[in-house]
Amino acid sequence: MLVYFIRRLVNVVAMLLVVAAVTFAIFFMVPKLTGTDPALYYVGKIADKAAVEGARHKMGLDKPIIEQFYLFLKGLFVGRDYSTGVSVSHCAAPCFGYSFKTEQAVWPLLLNRLGVTASLAAGASVLWLVFGTATGVVSALKRRTLLDRITMTTALAGVSLPIYFTGMLASAIFVYQLGWFPHDYVELGTDPVAWAQNLMLPWITLAFLYAATYARLTRATLLDVLGEDYIRTARAKGLSERTVIGKHAMRSTLTPILTVFGMDLGGLIGGAVLTESTFNFRGLGYEAVYAINSSDLPVIMGVTLFAGFFIILANLVVDVLYAVVDPRVRLT
Amino acid sequence: MSKNSIIVPGQRGEGPEGFLTVRDLRVHFPTDDGLVKSVDGLNFTLEKGKTLGIVGESGSGKSVTSLSIMGLHRTGTKRGAPKISGEVWLDGEELVSADPERVRQLRGQKMAMIFQDPLTAMHPYYSVGAQIVEGYRAHHPGTSKKAARTRAIEMLDRVGIPQPDKRVDSYPHEFSGGMRQRAMIAMALVNDPSLLIADEPTTALDVTVQAQILDLIRDLQKEFGSAVIIITHDLGVVAELADDILVMYGGKCIERGPAASLFESPEHPYTWGLLGSMPRLDRPLQDRLIPVKGTPPSLINVPSGCAFHPRCPYAGLTGGRSDTDVPTLAEASPGHHAACHLPIADRHRIFTDEIAPRL
Repeated sequence: MLVYFIRRLVNVVAMLLVVAAVTFAIFFMVPKLTGTDPALYYVGKIADKAAVEGARHKMGLDKPIIEQFYLFLKGLFVGRDYSTGVSVSHCAAPCFGYSFKTEQAVWPLLLNRLGVTASLAAGASVLWLVFGTATGVVSALKRRTLLDRITMTTALAGVSLPIYFTGMLASAIFVYQLGWFPHDYVELGTDPVAWAQNLMLPWITLAFLYAATYARLTRATLLDVLGEDYIRTARAKGLSERTVIGKHAMRSTLTPILTVFGMDLGGLIGGAVLTESTFNFRGLGYEAVYAINSSDLPVIMGVTLFAGFFIILANLVVDVLYAVVDPRVRLT
Repeated sequence: MSKNSIIVPGQRGEGPEGFLTVRDLRVHFPTDDGLVKSVDGLNFTLEKGKTLGIVGESGSGKSVTSLSIMGLHRTGTKRGAPKISGEVWLDGEELVSADPERVRQLRGQKMAMIFQDPLTAMHPYYSVGAQIVEGYRAHHPGTSKKAARTRAIEMLDRVGIPQPDKRVDSYPHEFSGGMRQRAMIAMALVNDPSLLIADEPTTALDVTVQAQILDLIRDLQKEFGSAVIIITHDLGVVAELADDILVMYGGKCIERGPAASLFESPEHPYTWGLLGSMPRLDRPLQDRLIPVKGTPPSLINVPSGCAFHPRCPYAGLTGGRSDTDVPTLAEASPGHHAACHLPIADRHRIFTDEIAPRL
C-alpha cells in the first residue's frame, strides 16, 4: 500500500514534469522558431533596443532554453530572483514568474482565480451528481414509460447543446429579462449568500450539461446491473425490492459513476473555460483564454500546470477510491 | 416409502396432495416474434425428503419452471413479463395467484435456490459472510448482526468451507469455484428451507468438484429433510441424486418416473437419445456417443402433434398420428409415464432390440 502511494506520487511528479516541459517547449520555442521574441511580448512593441535587452536579461531569456527550463523549475521549489542589474525583485516559491502584461506575480493570481473556478465546480458538481444520478435511476426503473422518454430526450438536449448557447440563453432570460440572478462573483468569505446567489445560474447551466451525461450513464449502467445474476440471487433470498435496487444494484451502478465524476471534477477545476467565459467569471479558464490571447507566457505556463495537476490528482484519487469501493481492486 | 412421490395430480380444485404440487403450469413470453411457450402445461408433485430431477436440453423450459416456482419472473405489465397460469402449491399455499409480497416472504425462507454460475450469482462487492447474513436477517428481522454472523459461520462450516470464521469475511472472488458453490449452498440453506431448487448446480464446476457438490447436496438433504429439485441437462447428475426424473421437451413433460425405472426401461425415444448421448463408465467402450439428431424445437412455432416428431426416428411407426395429435402422458409401468404415440409393446420391443444393446 505504502509502496503503491510512493510509486504513484513519483508518477504524478514525472507527469507534471512532462506537462511542464511540453508547455515550456511550445510556448518558449515556437516564438524562437517563428522569429518572434518573447522579450518583445514583455516590453511591448514600441520599446527601444536597450529596454528589450534589459527585459531579456531580467527574465533570463538570454540563457539557453534548457537553463531557462531549469530556472523555471527551480523557481517553483525555491523561488527566484529577477535582477535588472539595478534592482532585484524576489519571487518567492512557488514562483511561476510574473505576468508579461500586468507584471503581477502569477502564483497569487492563480490562487485567486482558483477560488472562482473551485466555487463554480463545487456547486455545479453537487447539483449534477444528485440530479443526474437520481434522474437516471428513475428513468431506468420506469423504463419505456413516458417519463423515461421525456427525461432521456431532455438529457439528449442537455448533452447536445453547447454551454455558450444554454448559458447565454439563461443569462438573457433570467438575468437581463427577469433580473432573478445577479451575476458578479462575490467571494465566499465575504458574503456566502451572495456567493451562492450569484453563482446559481452558472451552477445550473453547467450542471445541466453534466447531469445529462450522468443521467444517461446511470440509466444504462443500472439497466445493465439489473440484468446481472447477483440481482436475481438477491431477489431469490427474499430481499425487498427496495433493498435489491437500493443496496445491491446501486452499489454496482455508482462505481463507474464515481470514476467519471472524479475525472470531470478534476478537469473542471483545471478550468471551466466555456462556462467562465460565457458568464464572465474570472476563473482559471477565463484567465487561460485571456493569457493565450495576449501571449502572456508565464500565465499560460501557470494555468496549464495547474490544470494538469488537478487532472492528475483526480486520477489518483479515483484510483484510490476505486480500491475502497471494489474489493476486487487491490492497490499494488 | 413405497408410494411413488410423483403422481398424476387429481382433478382441478382438489386440495394438493404433495408438499409441492405443480398443476398445468404455463409460462408464455410475449415477444416481437410471437408467443414463446417456454412451459406449456406442466404437472408434477414432490414430497418432502425426496429429490426430483428435471432433465432436458437448452430451451426445454427447465429453468423457466424453477423461476416461476420461486416467483422470480417479472410480474404484471412490465415489459418482458411472461403470462403465467396454472397452480403451484407449496405446503398448502398457492403461489401463482398469491400476493407477490407473500411470495417474497417465502422466497429464501421456505424455498431457496442455487444457481448455475456461483461467480456471477454472488455480489462481487459484498463479502460472502455479509451476503449470507443478509439472507438470514431478511427473514429473522429481530436477529442481531452478531448472531446472524455466528449463524453464517456455522453454515459455512456445515457446507465444508475450511476456517469458516476467517473465510466469512472473504469476497466471492477470493474463493475457488467449488468453494463459491458451497457458499451459495450455505446462503440458500441458511433459513432451513423445505424446498431447495438447484438449477444446474455443477455445470460451471470441474468434474472432481461436481461430485463433491452433489454429495454435499445429498447429505444436506438427508440432514434437513427438504424437498430438492435438481435441474440439469446431464443425466449423470440426476442418476446420482434423484428419486424421480422428469424429462422435458419443448416446454412439456414427455416422460417421468422413478429414477431406476427410467434408466432401466426408458419409454420415450427422446429419453433413449439422451441416454445414448451420455458417456458411461459402467458399460463397454463404444466407438462414439450417439447424439440426438436435429435441433431443439422452436418454442414459438412448436411442431404440430408430438413436438419431438421431426427428430424422432420412429415417427413413421405411429400411423400418421405423430404430426397431428399431441400425445398425452400415459402410464407405461407403475408410476412411470410417457407421452408417446408408439404402442407400449412396440416401444418395449424397439428398446430391447435396438436401443439397449447400443447403450
